[in-house]
Amino acid sequence: MTGQTQTAGTVAGAVAPAAEARDISKRYGATVALHSAGITIARGETHALVGRNGAGKSTLVSILTGLQRPDSGHVQFDGTPAPALADRDAWRQRVACVYQKSTIIPTLTVAENLFLNRQAGRGLIDWRGLRRRAADLLDGYGVAVDPAALAGSLTVEQRQLVEIARALSFGATFIILDEPTAQLDGAAIERLFDRMRELQAAGVTFLFISHHLQEVYEVCQNVTVLRDARHILTQPVDTLSREALVAAMTGDAGETLAGVDRPAVPDSAPVVLDVAGLGLSGFYEDIDLKVRAGELVGLIGSGSSGKVALAETIAGLRRADTGTVSLAGNTPKPGSVPAALAAGLGYLPQDRHREGLVPLLSVAENATLPITDRLGPAGIVAPARQRAVAQRMIEMYDIKTDGPHQPVNGLSGGNAQKVVLARALSNDPKALVMVSPTAGVDVRSKDSLLRAVTEAAARGTGVLIVSDELDDLRSCDRVLVMFHGRVVREVSRGWADAELVTAVEGVEEP
Amino acid sequence: MTGTQTIAKPPAPAPGRPGLGGRVPLARLRDLALVPAILLLVVVGAIIDPVFLSAANITNVLQQQTELALLVLAEAIILIAGKFDLSLESTIGLAPALALALVIPAASNGLGTELPAALAIPICLLAGMAIGAFNGLLILRFKLSAFIVTLGMLIVLRGLQIGITGGQNLFDIPPSVLYLGNAVWLGVPASIWISGTLFVVGIAALGFFRHGRAVYAIGGNTDAARAAGIRTDRVVWIILMVGGLLAALAGLLMTGRLGSVAAAQGDGMIFTVFAAAVIGGISLDGGKGTLFGALCGVVVLGLINNILTLAGVSAQWIQAIYGAIILIALILARLTSGKAQD
Repeated sequence: MTGQTQTAGTVAGAVAPAAEARDISKRYGATVALHSAGITIARGETHALVGRNGAGKSTLVSILTGLQRPDSGHVQFDGTPAPALADRDAWRQRVACVYQKSTIIPTLTVAENLFLNRQAGRGLIDWRGLRRRAADLLDGYGVAVDPAALAGSLTVEQRQLVEIARALSFGATFIILDEPTAQLDGAAIERLFDRMRELQAAGVTFLFISHHLQEVYEVCQNVTVLRDARHILTQPVDTLSREALVAAMTGDAGETLAGVDRPAVPDSAPVVLDVAGLGLSGFYEDIDLKVRAGELVGLIGSGSSGKVALAETIAGLRRADTGTVSLAGNTPKPGSVPAALAAGLGYLPQDRHREGLVPLLSVAENATLPITDRLGPAGIVAPARQRAVAQRMIEMYDIKTDGPHQPVNGLSGGNAQKVVLARALSNDPKALVMVSPTAGVDVRSKDSLLRAVTEAAARGTGVLIVSDELDDLRSCDRVLVMFHGRVVREVSRGWADAELVTAVEGVEEP
Repeated sequence: MTGTQTIAKPPAPAPGRPGLGGRVPLARLRDLALVPAILLLVVVGAIIDPVFLSAANITNVLQQQTELALLVLAEAIILIAGKFDLSLESTIGLAPALALALVIPAASNGLGTELPAALAIPICLLAGMAIGAFNGLLILRFKLSAFIVTLGMLIVLRGLQIGITGGQNLFDIPPSVLYLGNAVWLGVPASIWISGTLFVVGIAALGFFRHGRAVYAIGGNTDAARAAGIRTDRVVWIILMVGGLLAALAGLLMTGRLGSVAAAQGDGMIFTVFAAAVIGGISLDGGKGTLFGALCGVVVLGLINNILTLAGVSAQWIQAIYGAIILIALILARLTSGKAQD
C-alpha cells in the first residue's frame, strides 16, 4: 500500500488537487475558529480530517462547502478558484457534504428528496418520470431504496446512501463525509467503507471526518490533523503511528486507551444487576446476565442485535414479555423508569441530547436533577447547596465549563456527556447502565469519561457498558456478545479485537 | 430516523424494492381518508331530512362554506410551510371594512374620503396582502415567533376595524362589492366557482410545480430546503402575502353574501379554520398534508353544521355539540392516521 499510495501521490502532484484550502483564517467574534490553516486533498484519495471537538473541523468544512466565507485565504477546486458564495449551483457541482445532521426532508419521498428544487423546470412535475429518474440514479449506485418511500422511514444507513447518491448526481466528485459512522453499527460501517472504496476506484475523492481513529487507518490514505484552530500535520496514514496521531490531536503524548489494570472482582461480591430469562419479541430472547458490585461488564453487538433494547428494558423504558430484572435483590416494577431509579439504577441514555440533558438549564441543574430532594428540606432546592454539589462534580469529572451556571447547550459533546455521567452517578447507584457512552466524544474526553466509570466501579457500582466501540470495552472484566437477540459469547479481559469483531458480525461458526 | 432515533427498532428485514410506485396508492388513500366520512354524513343527512339532498340546500351549504374554505386554503399552505397565521380571522373583517370606509360617505360611517367605488375591491385585496407582508416582516426579518406575532395582529387588526368604523356595522355597500358574494354563474353561486377554482389552482401548484413543492420542503426541514437552493424566506413571505390576499377575498365574499360588514366579521373563525385543516390531515408541525385533504375537512365541518341545523338541534346547544363533534373528528382522524397529531 505504501509504495502505491506514494506513487499515486506523486502522479497526482502533477494534476491539480481536487480541493485545496490555503492560509484560511476565520474568527467568530473573539473566538479564532481557524488560524491560517489549510488542507490539500489530492484527486482520487480518501483524506481524513481529525481533531478534537472545537479544533476547527466544522469551520473548515463549512468553508470548503461554501457556506461560510473565510476572513482570509483561498479555496480552489481542481486548480481553479472557488465560485462566488451566492452561486450555490456551482458549489454543488464541485463539492458535496453529507452532514451528521440530516439534510433529508422526512415528509417527502426519496425521489423528491433526490431532486429537491429541481423536480422540473417551470412546468408541471412529471411524478412518474421523477420516480423513474430516482430509481435509475439509486440503481446506478447500487442503493436498494424504494424511491416512492417516505424519506423519514429510511434507516440512518439508507439515508446516508441517498444523500451520497444525491451529492454525486450534481456532478460533484469531491464528497465530504462528516462523521458518517457515528450512528451506524459495525456491519453498516463496513458496507459504507466498501462503497467508499468502490466510488474511490471510480474517481471520487473523499474527505472523511471521524472520531474513530481505527476507521481512519482502515479507509484513508492521508490524514490532516487540526488542533486549536491550526493545521498540525498532513501525512500518509501508514507512516503515522496511532500514538503519534493521538499525540498530534491532543498536543501531548497521551496514553492510548488501554484497559486500566484493576483487581479481579471476587465471586463473593454481591450481584447488583441480575437479568434472568428476559425476552422481548422482535428484539431479544432468553437473556441471562449478572453484574457484581465493582464489576465492569461490556455488551457488544450489531445494531440489530437487540442490545440497546435490552439496556432500555433494564432502565424501565421498555417492558419485557418474559423474565425479570433485579437490582441489588429488589425487583422494580417492570416498564417503570422511576421504579428502576429508586431501586438503585443509574442510566446513561444513547442519545444524550434527547434523553440526557435539558439543554437550556445550567450544568448545576442538569447534574443535580435526580438528587434535588437532598439539596434542601421540603422540596426546596437551596441554590448554594446545588452550586456546591455541582462544583464538586465538575472537579471530579473534569468537566470543562465556565462554571455551574453555564447552560449545557454551550458545552462540547464530551463535556455534555460528562454531565450526563455525573448525573447518572449522583445518587450513588448500585448498578450503572450506559449506552454508547463515548459516541461523538473526542479522544481526550473519552479517556476521562472511561476513567470516571472505572472509578465508580472501584467504589462498588456494578457497570454494564453497551457499546460498539472496542475502546469503551477494554477495561471491562468481561464482554458479552449479542447476535440476533441472544448472548452468543462471553470473553474475559485480554480479548483480541479480531475475536470480538468476528463474534459480533456472526462470521464465526458457534 | 434522522439521528434522533432513541428507541431501537426491531430488526427489520432488508427493504427490497417493491415495483415502482408500490406505495403511492397507499399515500393517495390517506388523501382520501375523509371521503368515506363525507359519504356517511350525506347518508345521515338524507335520512334526517329529505330537504338535505335538494339542490338548494346543497348549494346553500357549499356557499356558506366558501369563506371558510378560502381561509383554510390560506392557512393550510401556511401550515405546510411550517408557519402560523392566526390573524386571518381579523383580516377577513378589516380588509373589506377599510376598503368600504374609504369609499362610502361619512354619513354611512365612512371615513369621508369618498374614493371612487371602483377602488373598493383593489383596496380590499391590497390591504390583505399588506397585512400578510407585515406579518412576514415581523416573522422573517425580526425573527419573532409566528404564533405570537399573528396573535398580536389578530387583536390589533380587530381593534383597527372597530376604530375605523366606530364599532358600527357598515351598510350602504357599492354594488361592485356586493357582486361576487351574490352573483350566480351557470346556476351556481360565483363564490363556489371562485373557491373551487382557487383550490384547484392551489392543489396543482403545491402538487405539481417546483415552487409549490418548495413549500413542503421548507415545512419539512428548512435547513435542508435552504441547502437545496430554495430561497426559504422569500417563499414564506410570498405565502403569507397570498394568505392575506385570500383572507381579504373571503372578506369580500362574506360582505356580498351578508350585505354588510359587521364589526365582528370573522370573529372566532380561526378555531374552525384550524379544526378543518387538522381534520383534513394538515400537520401543525409543517411539511405534511394536502390541500385536497384540507378541502375535505371544510366539507365535513359544513355538512355537520347543516345536519345539526336540519335536525332541529336547539340554538342554545348547537355550539357545544359542534365543538364536541370537532373534537371527536380530531380523535377519529388521529386513530385512522395511526400517528400522533403534531
